Amino acid sequence: MNNNINVAIIGGGPAGLAAACTLYEQGICDVHIFEREHVLGGVLFQCIHNGFGIHHFKEELTGPEYAERYIQKVNKTDTFVHTDTAVIDLYRENEALTLVLLGSKEGLQVFTARAVILAMGCRERNRGNINIPGSRPAGIMTAGFAQRMVNLEGYLPGKEIIILGSGDIGLIMARRLSLEGVNVQGVVEIQPFPGGLTRNIVQCLNDFHIPLYLSHTISNIFGKQRIDSVEITAIDNQLEPDTKNRFTLPCDTLLLSVGLVPENELSVKAGVILDEATRGPVVDANCMTTVPGIFACGNVLHVHDIVDYVSEEAARAARTAAQFVNKSLTDKDGIRMLAGNLVRYMLPTKVYTGKPTIVSLRPITPVEDIVLYAKRNGEIVYKKKYQKILPSSMIQFELPALSGIEPVEVFFAGEET
Amino acid sequence: MKHFDVIIIGAGVTGAAIARQLSRYSIKTAIIEKETDVSFGTSKANSGIIHAGFHSPPGMLKTELCIKGNRSFDILKEELGFSFERRGELVVAFNDEELQILKNLYAQGIKNRVHYLELIGTARLREMEPNLSEDIIGALYAPTAGIVEPYEYCFSLIENARQNGVAMFVNEKVAVIAKQLFGNFVIETDSGLKVSARFIVNAAGLHADEIASLAGITSFAITPRKGEEYLLDRRVGNLVTRIIFPVPTKDSKGMLVIPTVEGTVMVGPTAENINEKDNFSTTREGLRCVFENAKKMIPGIRLHDVITSFSGLRPVATGDDFIIGTTSVQGFINAAGIQSPGLTASPAIAQHVEDILVKEGLSLKVKSSWNPKRTPFIKLRHSIATRDYAGYIKNTAGNPGYNKLVCRCENITEAEVTEAVSRGHTTLDGIKFATRAGMGRCQGSFCTYRVLKLLEQQTGIPIEKITKKGGGSEIIKFPMGKGAPHE
Repeated sequence: MNNNINVAIIGGGPAGLAAACTLYEQGICDVHIFEREHVLGGVLFQCIHNGFGIHHFKEELTGPEYAERYIQKVNKTDTFVHTDTAVIDLYRENEALTLVLLGSKEGLQVFTARAVILAMGCRERNRGNINIPGSRPAGIMTAGFAQRMVNLEGYLPGKEIIILGSGDIGLIMARRLSLEGVNVQGVVEIQPFPGGLTRNIVQCLNDFHIPLYLSHTISNIFGKQRIDSVEITAIDNQLEPDTKNRFTLPCDTLLLSVGLVPENELSVKAGVILDEATRGPVVDANCMTTVPGIFACGNVLHVHDIVDYVSEEAARAARTAAQFVNKSLTDKDGIRMLAGNLVRYMLPTKVYTGKPTIVSLRPITPVEDIVLYAKRNGEIVYKKKYQKILPSSMIQFELPALSGIEPVEVFFAGEET
Repeated sequence: MKHFDVIIIGAGVTGAAIARQLSRYSIKTAIIEKETDVSFGTSKANSGIIHAGFHSPPGMLKTELCIKGNRSFDILKEELGFSFERRGELVVAFNDEELQILKNLYAQGIKNRVHYLELIGTARLREMEPNLSEDIIGALYAPTAGIVEPYEYCFSLIENARQNGVAMFVNEKVAVIAKQLFGNFVIETDSGLKVSARFIVNAAGLHADEIASLAGITSFAITPRKGEEYLLDRRVGNLVTRIIFPVPTKDSKGMLVIPTVEGTVMVGPTAENINEKDNFSTTREGLRCVFENAKKMIPGIRLHDVITSFSGLRPVATGDDFIIGTTSVQGFINAAGIQSPGLTASPAIAQHVEDILVKEGLSLKVKSSWNPKRTPFIKLRHSIATRDYAGYIKNTAGNPGYNKLVCRCENITEAEVTEAVSRGHTTLDGIKFATRAGMGRCQGSFCTYRVLKLLEQQTGIPIEKITKKGGGSEIIKFPMGKGAPHE
């Protein structure tokens, strides 16, 4: 086989699949997807609940159904699919992007590509990342691991469960385990507001009478071999524990749903610069990273709340990757984008003259009745009113085509009169 | 009842080093461990430092054995194939008072015959370690200090000992030690195993006082001193090249910043005297304390780089020195109170115990079949680090397991896991310590199910019975039905 390929897509989850479809539509040939698992689809296969695709397909699908639609679409293209193949190294050598692959069938191989689309997704934060004190028994696991064990492997982690963190996977697992007869004792959230989508709070907790302890955290873990209880402590406004306000709950399992982190170890090897806020690559309006020819999309870029936006972002990245391969991507000297008041993160960091751009951002904290502004030299170039903004809901808007080079600041503020 | 010339109780680094030392002779040796795997007690939580030997005064047994032990590691690495790097250690001073302590340590080190010790100034220090705090005004430099992964060292000793005929019993907690009429000991474990031996070597770490008292020896007590450690992501692995110490306190060498041979960074340990020998918890205070101290030396250290934390218990004996030697009970030899620098001293402790055994009448003849070499694992991560992919292809030809990635964070292959299982590791923690699968930044979220499946396939233990670290620590408790629908 010729090891010099056109485009390499790293990861065959929703981002990688959508990117492959778009590259095909753009007439790009010799596109390869490298997927470390046995099948395409990524994490969607363990997400057997519904709610996927409402935005993109205008109907409610389960995770596997959503994946299946894209897999069938990819199967109709001439994309080369390499499953059971991990990319273990990525670097630039004499201008060529070099990928080192470890495949269960082909063994270790070295490929070069003209363009690379990063679509590796994200991983869950774990106990070590959030430094929960206490003993170190078995029975403490991330919600995603538990989801895999329940939905794909057929095992229940335990029968008395407490969930730390109100991220969407934790909420989904609260419902899933309740349906299996597990006693879900409660969801503990350090923030005064939930981390997951409102619809999941309603459908996964409220409908099952599962208590949500906002402004609480787990301050100690007990149990020698297997976890047997946790200490839960209230948190004050400064996120410090209020030691007078604590209680202990028995459990045999603790699930952690305390956030996701884009998985960029490979990106860093290739010299890609990461954004401190998103933990994903710094990208311009073309989804291109700081390394020419390397593009990023989906949860490896920033963590999305719904898969539909992952697919859309991947399609955008693939369109510009196609232009890059065709040598028609000629943007130079972009307009800098600055994140302002109440914006936790925003991307891209740079847009280009004369092209409208989709901007994605997340607010720092929940606020009601607020206006999103994009301003330049004191002039409003975009404005939208929101009844409520939430850190759990990503905001996307289309910034109109601009000229000149002055930076644009994006921020939230009260209505200007 | 099986009879042995020597039975070693405890398979931490002390017991493992003694077992390996005795494995070269044509005697029958056994090692008994109460945990499910080797090195699961104090040893696995060790900081992994091969100390230079200036921290303790001349005349103490631990000083002498530390110096000797340090010098053995090059040949041990050669023979056993574990990772060992002489990175050097720096004790740093922030003020004149601390500089004086450095001078005293230097003088002590010279008396102890530590080689190449130097007091160095700030210009040289900055060049060596650019991330050190600007407030540091001088350092003591000991280039002979090194780093290992303590469990890898311990596993390699045991594997080589077993290769050379040492018998191994795990999950066997010694309950009774009786002396027979003709001088032999009979050891009985709580599961009913009975073995006899001419000599017992007590290397039971934290529980060495309890084991000694089973034989009627009550001359010492062991109290646990807890140390919490925090492991940082390899992303910050280049913060330090050498081990960075503050000036020592009365109770410990202080809280350090330690580069590991695996490219991560460890900070800690704390030193807290506690009462319970099974309290391995980490605390909020410990975390705060470790980071305050570490940041003082290396301001660039950040809390959000922590990937995991753990704690270990140092076995502190009455008198504060190692207790190695014969006892009031003939044939019962202690190797107890082995706290720091026990890991460094372990090869010398083993030699010392051998000398005692010979004096006590054990005759030792080297076996012609003795093989000092252990076959190291073939590690994908080493090929990635050096980008020697042609070498990897050549070395792994014929075993497709080397082409299947199990742990994506640490780049561990199926073949490495399979190899670890075949070398006797049957728990999740055992596999983790033997291969590093699950030890990286995701802490097993992605690879645990794969490791569980491989363990099930190879050992026949059903997934719901596989434990993290032995009885009662099952990972996943209840099977619901059959496997993955898409497979």
